[in-house]
Amino acid sequence: MNRIIGATALAASLFSAALAPAHAASEDDFKTAYAAADAAEKQAGALRNRWTTTEAALAAARKAAEAGNFDQATSQAKEAEALAKASIFQATSEKEAWKALEIK
Amino acid sequence: MRARALFSSVLTALGLAALVAAMPLARAADAPDPAADAKAFRDYFIKKFPKVKLDDFVNGPYSMNEDMRKQWEEKEQFPPYEFALEAGKEMFATPFRNGKSYADCFANGGIGVRQNYPMFDAKEGKVVTLELALNRCREANGEKPYSYVKDEMASLTAYMAFTSRGKPFDIKIPDDPRALEAFQEGKRYFYTRRGQLNFSCATCHVQSPGERIRAEILAPALGILNAMPIYRSEWSGMGTISRRFTTCNSQIRGVPLEPQSDEYRNLEYYLSYVSNGLPISGPGARP
Repeated sequence: MNRIIGATALAASLFSAALAPAHAASEDDFKTAYAAADAAEKQAGALRNRWTTTEAALAAARKAAEAGNFDQATSQAKEAEALAKASIFQATSEKEAWKALEIK
Repeated sequence: MRARALFSSVLTALGLAALVAAMPLARAADAPDPAADAKAFRDYFIKKFPKVKLDDFVNGPYSMNEDMRKQWEEKEQFPPYEFALEAGKEMFATPFRNGKSYADCFANGGIGVRQNYPMFDAKEGKVVTLELALNRCREANGEKPYSYVKDEMASLTAYMAFTSRGKPFDIKIPDDPRALEAFQEGKRYFYTRRGQLNFSCATCHVQSPGERIRAEILAPALGILNAMPIYRSEWSGMGTISRRFTTCNSQIRGVPLEPQSDEYRNLEYYLSYVSNGLPISGPGARP
């Protein structure tokens, strides 16, 4: 019985935590997220494989930050970082994978 | 016991010999072989489209679709690139401010030479495309270079292509490791997937020519540069090879490289070489 009560209490607390608003992002949060995204995009650029969608997300992050909306700015910066990392993965794996498409 | 040892050492020796014999083969398999690549490339398209005549591949989507071909043949009576052709002819003949002209920069006065470009410049150690050679000519004569993606360059190359119509592509790869490397790098670029859509040039132009991508019919890679520059209805104007490469990249959500970057120059070298023997048909028109 105690076990059931404990599990219910835990589920309730997790549920309420999920419903509670996430803490609002600060300018520092944005700066940290943007720096990570920017570094990843620079690496993609060095591999000659930037994506337009990464650039768009970075631009949207800057625009939101200028408007003082750090929640959106941080979210866009995190999306840009994920996209940039995907483009790095693509460029790295394609160093060998391209040969599979070659006409022989 | 001794026999077993002898047998074992003979086996080892044979194994080593086989390994040594195989090594040059393995190395040869990795070495660039442009002639073999071009043959395989051509054979692939001939097999994929047995009804298309070899020279007709230069007509891109019109070689793949009968209805489109009829529309195109009608359009060719008043070709949409005619204005560019006229402008290019005039530009080509107009002297620079120093009195010299484009004719001074090219073999045979620039007439009927388009099929030789791109060429490998041993002095620079890099590929030189026709667009690049035209801008270098301008700069050497004190003129500002043209944009690689706008009308002036398209007009000039349209005229030069017109003077080579019917002449087969004749791209040379000299016996120079840098030229072979440029060819190999162009090939690598052609087959490498990029952009968020994860497409390579080959995804559309090798795997899917003749298929539709939205409203467009994809052109085969064989002969795809022979018709350049082209008037595209989609662009409502003329486009150079540089414009074609950069827009292909942005369509797959990749940030285009700078026009005439080493990558694009090598790509043009590769694509032109594998179409050697097919006639120049530029300037062309595409939907």
